[in-house]
Amino acid sequence: MVQQLVRLESNQEIAQGMFLMRFDSRRIATSAQPGQFLNIRATQRWSPLLLRRPFSISRVVGSSIELLYNIVGKGTKALSAQIPGEEIDVLGPLGIPFRYDGLFETAVLVAGGLGIAPFPFLTDFLEKKKATIITFVGSRSLFKIDMLHLRNVQYATDDGSNGFRGNVVESLAEYLQEHTLTAPKIFGCGPTKMLSSLSRLAQAKELSCELSLEGDMACGIGICQGCPVERSNGTKKYALVCTDGPTFDCREIKLPSP
Amino acid sequence: MKTSFSIGNVEFKNRVLVASGTFGYGDEVKDLVDVNKLGGIVTKSLSWKPRDGNPPRRIVETPSGMLNSIGLANVGVHAFIREKLPYLRTLKTKIVVNIAASSVQEYCDVLTLLDTQEGVDAYEINVSCPNVKEGGLNFGTDCRMTREITAQLRPLTRKPLIIKLTPNVTHISEFARAVEDAGADAVSVINTLVGMAVDVRTRKPKLSTVTGGLSGPAIKPIALAKVYEVAQAVKIPVFGIGGIQSAEDAIEFLLVGATAVQVGTMNFVDATASARIVEEIREFAEKENLDDVGKLVGALDANIKHSVLQSWL
Repeated sequence: MVQQLVRLESNQEIAQGMFLMRFDSRRIATSAQPGQFLNIRATQRWSPLLLRRPFSISRVVGSSIELLYNIVGKGTKALSAQIPGEEIDVLGPLGIPFRYDGLFETAVLVAGGLGIAPFPFLTDFLEKKKATIITFVGSRSLFKIDMLHLRNVQYATDDGSNGFRGNVVESLAEYLQEHTLTAPKIFGCGPTKMLSSLSRLAQAKELSCELSLEGDMACGIGICQGCPVERSNGTKKYALVCTDGPTFDCREIKLPSP
Repeated sequence: MKTSFSIGNVEFKNRVLVASGTFGYGDEVKDLVDVNKLGGIVTKSLSWKPRDGNPPRRIVETPSGMLNSIGLANVGVHAFIREKLPYLRTLKTKIVVNIAASSVQEYCDVLTLLDTQEGVDAYEINVSCPNVKEGGLNFGTDCRMTREITAQLRPLTRKPLIIKLTPNVTHISEFARAVEDAGADAVSVINTLVGMAVDVRTRKPKLSTVTGGLSGPAIKPIALAKVYEVAQAVKIPVFGIGGIQSAEDAIEFLLVGATAVQVGTMNFVDATASARIVEEIREFAEKENLDDVGKLVGALDANIKHSVLQSWL
């Protein structure tokens, strides 16, 4: 874990409302693993923002780190306003990575909207492992993400403008009915409701499934206790998204019903 | 340059501590910062049994601050002694253990157990958590109760007993006087202010417990005024707490009468900030040609005649 100021190489909108930010950090690049995140603070002097914001590491290329984000509030808005050459304050890599080394042959990546964020990085590692990869991407309507490093993408859109009409978990359910996958493992990332229905599907079909969660957090390192998620069993009621996650086996945690 | 100060027979190497709940048990940030540079670490609140804490959502950023409703989630005093204290004992800084409880008996039990342990230098008593139903503000906003807890704990230890006061009362100085009378060695001023935030689309409060505790730079002016009020009212040392981000902020607290400060919310943003503040206070004192940082304490140049505060102090 390092805390450092890094200079932005690029920071631009690559699809409607979706930004790709790139900066150089050899120290983070050499230690980061898929599923981990960075806790980031915009550094403009005039920024009234106090806390860092957590972002999945989207990809590591050489010593460059890439992050994908949407503008959802003041923090991401401030970040989107920073231009190449400016500095941001980065803490990380943080959290438990995806367990991509397990006994599986087919990796099923399931993303709801910006849930694609950690998957280009995971795809790199899965390719090294020579796993078969299928990527399910759901969105409200057509969104172009051809430039992202994803493999064998199956689209689902709420309005049917691209691929399957319906949500991404329905699209996966239909796919699983029609195809037999060899030793599959699901990796999910997206809104909590989507992850909740993905978790139900995986458990009903007895498929191994890991989820990457979001949490409102201040520190990102287990101190503030701000990001609890309910555990399914054990003596402790809550796990922390930042240090026990953000990746969890779907059987470990209890998400609110979809 | 003298930077140290003492409470009872405990000498703190400098006047900057980290506030309860904002630095864990010291081990989480050891890769980022040399914690031995700090004047002291105030631990996360400990209760007799582990506490799960409140359901999510627990954290909301607000203008220049944050609301939290953690609900005293902690490992409990037994796990603390087993798992956290051995590391804290290796540090060359003072360890102030913060205690929270839902009954007077629980405060006494936790303190009595801790007093048998090596490595605990002082106690800070949390009678002012705004996010729990029992033992929080219903203790801290009741002056008689606050005095009673202090009086019960006082004979149980010879180590410094610090009472952390809530600003969610009309005159905090009355509470400071009450605990001074009951034998407290120092007070910490202030805990968080009760605050609230609402999601206008869902019409729901953003925090699961509806209200939470406001901290961060937003509360600094309030905290300064409370510290000033308390410092005028009592003779025991005051730990100034509330929105400190820089050495300048910390020095403001010293000037209005704080013997030392605790940095809180800023630790979440930058765990290295507190150690930097230690250094920058020393540099400031050097530039001011002081031989002791303590000469800043209470050195405010105010015209008391014009102070509104004096009318009801």
